[in-house]
Amino acid sequence: MKKFLLLITVIFVVITVTTCAEKKDDTVTLLTHDSFWISEGVFEEFTQQTGVKVEVQMAGDTGQLLASAILTSSNPSADVIFGIDNTFLQRALNADIFAVYESPSLSKVSEEIQLDTQHRVTPIDFGDVCINYWIDSFSSDLPPPKNLDDLIDSKYSGQLVVQNPETSSPGLAFFLATIAEYGDDWELWWAALRDNDVTVTSGWEDAYEVEFVAGGGEHPLVVSYASSPPAEVIYAETPIDSPPTGVLTDTCFRQIEFAGVVNGTKNQEAAENLIDFMLSNTFQQDIPNSMLMFPASNEAELPATFAEFAEVVEDPYMLDPEVIERNRNNWTERWTQIVLR
Amino acid sequence: MLRVENVKVPFDGTYVLNECDFEVGEGEIVVLLGSSGCGKSTLLRTVAGLENPESGKIWWGTQEMTEVPPHKRGFGLMFQNHALFPHRNVGENIDFGLQILRMTGIERQERVDELLSMVDLDGFQNRKIGSLSGGEAQRVALARSLAPKPRLLMLDEPMASLDRALRDRLLADISELLRELKQAAIYVTHDHDEAFFIADRIAVMHNGKIEQIGTPSEVWSNPSSEESARSMGHENFIELDDSGRCEIGQLGSSSGIVLIREDGLSIVPEETGIKGEVISAVFRSGITLVKIRVGKIELSTSIQGSMKVSEIVNLKISDSAVVALS
Amino acid sequence: MNPQKRFVWAFLFFLPVLFVGVFFYWPLLKIFSHALDGERINEFWSYLSSKPFRQIAWFTIWQAFLSTFCTMMLALPAAYLVARFSFPGKKLFQALTTIPFVLPTVVAAGAFMALFQRFGLDQGMFRLHHTVWALLLAHIFFNLAIVVRTVGSFWAGLDPRVEEQAKILGAAPWHIFRKITLPRLVPALAAAASVVFVFCLTSFGIVLLLGGPTRATIETEIWRQAVWRGDISVASVLAVIQLGAVMVMVLIMNFLQKRQAVVESKVELNPERASRKLLVGNILLLGILVGLPIVILVERAIGVGDGYSFQNFSAMADRISLVPLSSLAALKNSLLFAVVAAVLAALLGGVASFFVVHGNRWLSNFLDFGMMLPLGVSAVVLGFGMLISLDTPPLDLRSSWILVPIAHALLGIPFVMRTVIPTLRRIDPSLRESASLLGASPSKVTKYIDFPIAFRALGVGAAFAFAISIGEFGATSFLPRSPDRLTAPLVLFRLLGAPGEALRGQAMALAVTLMVITAATVILIEGSVFKRETIRSDF
Repeated sequence: MKKFLLLITVIFVVITVTTCAEKKDDTVTLLTHDSFWISEGVFEEFTQQTGVKVEVQMAGDTGQLLASAILTSSNPSADVIFGIDNTFLQRALNADIFAVYESPSLSKVSEEIQLDTQHRVTPIDFGDVCINYWIDSFSSDLPPPKNLDDLIDSKYSGQLVVQNPETSSPGLAFFLATIAEYGDDWELWWAALRDNDVTVTSGWEDAYEVEFVAGGGEHPLVVSYASSPPAEVIYAETPIDSPPTGVLTDTCFRQIEFAGVVNGTKNQEAAENLIDFMLSNTFQQDIPNSMLMFPASNEAELPATFAEFAEVVEDPYMLDPEVIERNRNNWTERWTQIVLR
Repeated sequence: MLRVENVKVPFDGTYVLNECDFEVGEGEIVVLLGSSGCGKSTLLRTVAGLENPESGKIWWGTQEMTEVPPHKRGFGLMFQNHALFPHRNVGENIDFGLQILRMTGIERQERVDELLSMVDLDGFQNRKIGSLSGGEAQRVALARSLAPKPRLLMLDEPMASLDRALRDRLLADISELLRELKQAAIYVTHDHDEAFFIADRIAVMHNGKIEQIGTPSEVWSNPSSEESARSMGHENFIELDDSGRCEIGQLGSSSGIVLIREDGLSIVPEETGIKGEVISAVFRSGITLVKIRVGKIELSTSIQGSMKVSEIVNLKISDSAVVALS
Repeated sequence: MNPQKRFVWAFLFFLPVLFVGVFFYWPLLKIFSHALDGERINEFWSYLSSKPFRQIAWFTIWQAFLSTFCTMMLALPAAYLVARFSFPGKKLFQALTTIPFVLPTVVAAGAFMALFQRFGLDQGMFRLHHTVWALLLAHIFFNLAIVVRTVGSFWAGLDPRVEEQAKILGAAPWHIFRKITLPRLVPALAAAASVVFVFCLTSFGIVLLLGGPTRATIETEIWRQAVWRGDISVASVLAVIQLGAVMVMVLIMNFLQKRQAVVESKVELNPERASRKLLVGNILLLGILVGLPIVILVERAIGVGDGYSFQNFSAMADRISLVPLSSLAALKNSLLFAVVAAVLAALLGGVASFFVVHGNRWLSNFLDFGMMLPLGVSAVVLGFGMLISLDTPPLDLRSSWILVPIAHALLGIPFVMRTVIPTLRRIDPSLRESASLLGASPSKVTKYIDFPIAFRALGVGAAFAFAISIGEFGATSFLPRSPDRLTAPLVLFRLLGAPGEALRGQAMALAVTLMVITAATVILIEGSVFKRETIRSDF
């Protein structure tokens, strides 16, 4: 009996010690969301350059990531946070979780996506949330819709799937696109869309993987990403020559992802180095394949399939982060009343 | 060696053991006889330490046992439902107490073999509990409780769930074994045949108290009360009027209840002045049990030979067989 | 009891108490005190009394009740079958009902949606998609196992001669069931119903995916408020309310359980062979409810292009550029975590069960209640709570992998307790008394009698804990993790979160593999290792 208890205590102590001993001084911690990934070897290069190892912590989706970061702001566990996008940006800035850092690599990035003039965050990649359409469901008799106005046309009745902006990131992005387009008249447009028999789901998964034709469903129009068609080619079960889906470029909302140095980090220098590294070609050129997003750096080259099949949208919708944060809760509440009730 | 002194055990507002005094000597088998609810099982459990008395003391020799926990008393207990451990086989069950005593493996093995022999179950070591018959299970239970050589063995109605033939055989075997081992024991039962068979002394219990204690013949010959007599199997109780009379005759000097012992009640051919009508005659293993009615009184006795119902017979009652109860 | 022994008992008692205290109550306390802002009380109050919230609360409660009721009704025939009869493939049958437990809700929801599509149940009049019916079906699918097992194993221990006696006396079967069997089943029914109710009340993935955006429960509201609106305070208020509802339910059920814990003589006649009608009826019912969604999953896993192939399975060892881990590596992680979680749950749950059964009344109630609560708390709130409480050494476990199995163990412990406690309570006291009189001290009685007899129940409980851990997604997704420690459900979710048929196929293959592993483990744990001793009844 005594031996048994001794064993338990020893196990407990060993576990506690090993889990605590995981912190090392030559590590920089990157807190990010579940969609983050980068190829093996990329961070190794950073370690070779600076002698510092990168430890990645994934904390759920973007909303969760931000909520966690704000919660732990008085005792942060990370040095760099990556993955806050422009729809959440103002909330992050208001919570003061980032420290100012102006990276010299910012010269590689276009002005229009450098949304924070105070340089508390640095843009790393971007994507466009657009309506995807299933090419074979349309023909010369019924061509695919061109823009947001077309979507409320009765000939596309019952064909569109959107996600709830209160529970889905692309859903929110699309919603913001309609606001950018219609201003205060967005309520009328959405009422018309509801009358046009739009289907609403809770998240991207059940929209794309279930309701959309690609997932076996009946709807040929879905809110997804501009990177979805090339992904369909890369991850097709049997090899195909071209994507089965296309993108309605006039319906796109730009999502930009940022990285920032955590306010209160003990590894200021390493954190700053990491941000610089994230704008380097090695990192940027790996982004499309690893995360299905587009590199922010203008110097980065797109991989073949992306170059061939991805549409870089010329003039996507955008909204000021501050405007988004101020109105978002009211907007989504009214949206719920209009569309869901 | 065992002494129970003035023990009181409460239950549900009353006392199930009410100032109970009791003793068991060395090597003695004492039977606790009584009907259900009289407290005999509680007395047993109190002696075992499974129940705590509100007041009173329990002694073993000169050592007071009242505060000692059950596992340290050195007593053994055998249940009616044998309570064999289902997750161990026969040998392992018997082995249990020996394991606690920290005997070596070889010693334990020898002792288990020895015990199995004692209860006529040689070769049963590896049998599963579920495969045993009722009688076999009780034998194993007995062997198990005897294994650690308890100072006192308690048996709580061990035969109650066995059939007649089994009971008789097992009873004989247990009796022989206990005497051979000179094992002090308390045997609880409501069955007076069992009691008389196995007891050195019988303690008749009623309402939480020991009413009467003595050798079987003492106790049987002179029961101290009606309840006592009933538990011993006596049946012929007669109520006397104020002058001590009843339909049979003058059996006492004042009102009260008297018992007519069967050994003093006989049917005789000659005229005795007491006539009765046979109302039932039941054959049982070589003798006939008859019920005879005298006026409003019903008497029972047994005779050799047979009897016909509604026969009129002459009864003879010897004076020594009339016992006054109160 | 000498001081050394007393120390040992105290140590054992405090083990589960400390565990749950440090990893559950303390995070909860911290998040509540952090978030519950006294200044906003008026705001909270108006939110709580608003119509939308009342609708949400009402929906949460009635769907939980209805789901629980339906699950119990449908599970009873299967429980009866399992309890009283033997039939070929019985172990497989039992393992199959446990599989839904393992499935991450994402996958199960997908399977149901595919099911509806296949049978045309998603259009027009028969549209099941995004309805309460879909929710109900999914809840039943997941929770059937709990009832079948808990009630089934308890039922098996009831003396059948009581019913036989009633039959001989001329009572009709339904009458017998209602008046004789049902009352005696109450402890097990209460135990099972309490767990199922709590699960349905706090159900998240199913409500979100199958209920659609128009259905919200308190749990989804908590998530929405905390993560999307960034309002942890409101989320905490909701979590408190939810916890309150759970507490009330648990108290009621515990009360019901204790009242009827009669010790029946441990009798086990050889089980009859099942009649064909009964067997077929049950298999049909469960086959439809449980089997169909599983079959659909398998079909999606092996369907490639127009034909069938196993390429999705062989691809599991490869790493896809979108996902940090190969599916195989994720499976290994999941298995490791599940084993740790199951061991923790068995150890701590077993110890706690013992004190519940043999401790004094206050201790018993305190433990029973306290250890059950983790089932009813929102994973969101608990996850966040852990973030702000386990953040200073020596307990800076925020980024440690051990937090995941710990969270899983918190969920597994109530299951272990629910199976072990009834078994311990049913141990015939004369067994323990006999042991006592043979010289065994109380701790030896526990070691030699309680423990071996309850071991089987412990195994069943541990198997449950294992299954829960493997498929767990809620708590796991709210705890930060390093990429090489992703679990299978997380990888699954990631695979489903990007376009491309190949990814979907691999997700299905992963799901099917998860199912097979769990079924195999469950069969293994419960099957050969734990033989039951039978006692012939001839008295």
